[in-house]
Amino acid sequence: MREAIDILDARRRQVHTKGAQPFQLDCEKHSVAGSVSQRACVFCGSRVVLYPITDALHLVHGPIGCAAYTWDIRGAQSSGSQLHRMSFSTDLREKDVIYGGEKKCETALIELIGRYRPKAAFVYATCIVGLIGDDLEAVCRRVTAQTGVETIPVHSEGFAGSKKDGYTAACAALDRLVGSSESPPPDGPSINILGDFNIAGETWVIRDYYERMGVNVISTITGDGRVDDIRRAHHAQLNVVQCSGSMKGLARLMKQKYDIPFVHVSYFGLEDVSKALYDVAETFNDPAMMQRTKRLVRDEISAVMPRLRRYRDALQGKKAAVYTGGAFKAFSLVRSLRTLGVQTVIAGSQTGNPQDYQQLESLCDDGTVLLDDTNPLELAKFIDQTGADLLIGGVKERPIAYKLGVAFCDHNHERKRCLAGYEGMVNFANEVYSSVCSPVWSLSPRKQHASSVKRSIAPGPLVTADAGLPLNAKVPQCPTAATAPSPGSDSQACGVCQLKAHCSGLAAQETETA
Amino acid sequence: MMTDQGSSFVATRNACKMCTPLGACLAFSGVEGCLPFLHGSQGCSTYIRRYLISHFREPMDIASSNFDEQSAIFGGQNNLSIGLRHVLESYRPKAVGIATTCLSETIGDDVSMFLNEFRSEQAGNTDLSIPPLIHASTPSYHGSHFDGYTEAVAAIVDTLAEGGKRQDDLVNILPFIVSPADLRHLREIVHDFRLTPILTPDYSDRLDGPPWQQYQRIPDGGTPIDMIRRCGTAAASIQLGDTPTGRTAAGILAAKFDVPAMVLPMPIGVRASDQMFGVLEKVSGRPTPQHHTAERGRLVDSYIDAHKYIFGKRAIVFGDEDFVVSTVGFLAEIGIQTVLCGSGGQSGTLKASINRIEMGPSEPPRVIEGVDFEDLTEAAADVHADLMIGHSKGYKLARQLGIPLVRIGLPVHDRFGASRMLHVGYRGTQQLFDRIVNTLLEQRQDISEMGYTYL
Ligand code: SF4
Ligand code: SF4
Repeated sequence: MREAIDILDARRRQVHTKGAQPFQLDCEKHSVAGSVSQRACVFCGSRVVLYPITDALHLVHGPIGCAAYTWDIRGAQSSGSQLHRMSFSTDLREKDVIYGGEKKCETALIELIGRYRPKAAFVYATCIVGLIGDDLEAVCRRVTAQTGVETIPVHSEGFAGSKKDGYTAACAALDRLVGSSESPPPDGPSINILGDFNIAGETWVIRDYYERMGVNVISTITGDGRVDDIRRAHHAQLNVVQCSGSMKGLARLMKQKYDIPFVHVSYFGLEDVSKALYDVAETFNDPAMMQRTKRLVRDEISAVMPRLRRYRDALQGKKAAVYTGGAFKAFSLVRSLRTLGVQTVIAGSQTGNPQDYQQLESLCDDGTVLLDDTNPLELAKFIDQTGADLLIGGVKERPIAYKLGVAFCDHNHERKRCLAGYEGMVNFANEVYSSVCSPVWSLSPRKQHASSVKRSIAPGPLVTADAGLPLNAKVPQCPTAATAPSPGSDSQACGVCQLKAHCSGLAAQETETA
Repeated sequence: MMTDQGSSFVATRNACKMCTPLGACLAFSGVEGCLPFLHGSQGCSTYIRRYLISHFREPMDIASSNFDEQSAIFGGQNNLSIGLRHVLESYRPKAVGIATTCLSETIGDDVSMFLNEFRSEQAGNTDLSIPPLIHASTPSYHGSHFDGYTEAVAAIVDTLAEGGKRQDDLVNILPFIVSPADLRHLREIVHDFRLTPILTPDYSDRLDGPPWQQYQRIPDGGTPIDMIRRCGTAAASIQLGDTPTGRTAAGILAAKFDVPAMVLPMPIGVRASDQMFGVLEKVSGRPTPQHHTAERGRLVDSYIDAHKYIFGKRAIVFGDEDFVVSTVGFLAEIGIQTVLCGSGGQSGTLKASINRIEMGPSEPPRVIEGVDFEDLTEAAADVHADLMIGHSKGYKLARQLGIPLVRIGLPVHDRFGASRMLHVGYRGTQQLFDRIVNTLLEQRQDISEMGYTYL
């Protein structure tokens, strides 16, 4: 007998089924006590954002836990310094809690800076620090004066809001660095890449695209970040912001102070990454750059499409649940999954705002369940109800899926595989394929029980993923070539890839005219 | 012997410990139907959940009272009672294990009083039956995850155990942090003596269970609450691990109900396992069953077969104090010299326990308490070790030293099967021994120019 899991009364308004009633979803609330939220805290938000600044010292001021659990947990890679991967903590003791931790924090900073010679230091205030009232501003001022290394407090007391407030605190800390360099601006068009964290080297992939377009990348904030680059970031002509939740704050501050415009982008999925590159090219209003961009998109899409089609054939008709940290990533995931023939039946995030959810709703099909700040019991309930074949989330979501015999993909900061850009889309497709189509699910008790669930496991060449794809696979010709829509337009779908964008159309157009 | 406290550094650099509430949550997961609940801000519970999930790969629901600024200023009573009501409604637990975080401890929340008031508030509410609410005080600026675990097990027994007529076949088994496979093996050993174990906690099924037909609010498994109630009537308590200094479950049962407490080292190695089997012989009045003596025999035989491959090798051992003490003893028994050992814990007893070990031909190791991985790295620089034994967090150092790491204890999040790693008893020792020997053989094979096929 299946016992229904109820939704807590206090949470009912944070759950919505598209089409069932007019759209209305509560969000941006403090998590309900006892709800077993999947969210972390303000400190977590700051730590995530600043962590990939690799040549800075990151000191967590508080008891040991906050630092221990975040030690090198992220997949953010560095092309140089690995200092960010260390976990420094003041490891507060009872005495410090009673008499205050300022002295300990200061001594710790001075000895760490002396030992590791970082380019700058960030000091994170955790819950306890907020409570005992340490004056971190004063500590940092003294340390900066004594060591000559800029030491910046991050006001990230865990209880003082949600992860989003941690993003704000991180942006405020970054704002102190930006503009502090005297070095002259570079020649030519230049941008900052904001809100990509170089998980599995993704920033490098993106950076390479921009460089091929002829755009200078002044700084990458914060993936593979360098303090000196961030100091020069105010020279850029454009800020390109991914993960809007975390970095829009900094982009706004830079707009106010330096009049640098910003665009919102996403690098996940063919449609979104292509749009990102076109949007950037468009702002520079340079026909040669646009031409280079078109060629780049064409080349990349032609290279990945045949590989993706194989995955789509295998995945057609599957259903997915998506639960992300920020809502912006959920949009890309819904679209990417659609590219793979997978329908999203549950979508939610830890930190979405009303506009985010509105947009998410408009992207999804009727019957899709939208969830804000959900928890294991609810996720399990809806996975069961909707018959999702796949859950995309972070490591905390994984066991929920596995216990129910549902495939899982990590699309969080801990992933070790590059999922951004064109090649990243193939990795994503492979990841989804090798999760959903694994034969192990057929043994899971829930699947064995539900005889109505149709299984179509197709072993064979695809099992070895990329390695199994023939090298001479034919690039499809696009029938809509003659009427290829203009960049940025969403109006026409390309007949080959069925993307609602310009990419393949343009690709074929270029091939024909060549 | 050289012994010292951790470094002169004020900052901790790459901690060799976790925080107190993590240990408490793990212990609470070993009680049937019990939901761990952290009284404090939500980040702590989320981080702890995430950390334990990567080790056990099982659902790890830990509720939180989700402090906000208001509760940090005015106290967390309101959040605690709302949170409790919500988890009783949605999880329907048979018990709730409440651990306090640094935050609620610092503002001085009187959790026991809050819980009493909660009980009386809800007394007239027929919709909500209140299960046992177990409270462990676990500020993290006191001790580490190990202390949190010890305190929570003590709190479980203190809250639930009752006295009564002595049951000769009943024995309390109180291990420290071991794997689910270890817990299963301990249960089996005690049964083989025709005794009934009250193994507390027992997260062996809950944190290493099958997939489900339908979602379980709280996974099956755990020490039945009815059994824990009978703890006070047992013939004896056997505590496996002799480093804890605070209050322990065995101590409480001895003080409250006169249950004799036998404190043993964690049974890794022939000698330490002999001690446990010896105590079980005494309690049960029966000899060790034949299949265990056979296992012991095979283990000793394998020691002999492999001795040349391992004699005189030099090891660095780190992790929870009990694991360190028992591992050092076991290594001494097989002729591997521990040159350096450390624990993030700071009970103050590590040194003394290592001192008691019969070292054979080896020099005693350098012992560092309250260590972090940078201290360990500095200390390891010139000890010329051949291998490291400890949890996954030692990977960075092992890689730097170019020596293998044999993973034991918690956390093991860079290898598969942490839950099924067996360490205790003759059988567990055999598995650990084989892993160590094979690791050294593999190393030898890898660095040999010709690549031996017979070793
Ligand atoms: S505040 Fe205390 S309980 Fe919470 S994570 Fe930090 S150390 Fe652990
Ligand atoms: S909630 Fe507070 S104590 Fe807990 S992890 Fe976050 S900052 Fe640390």
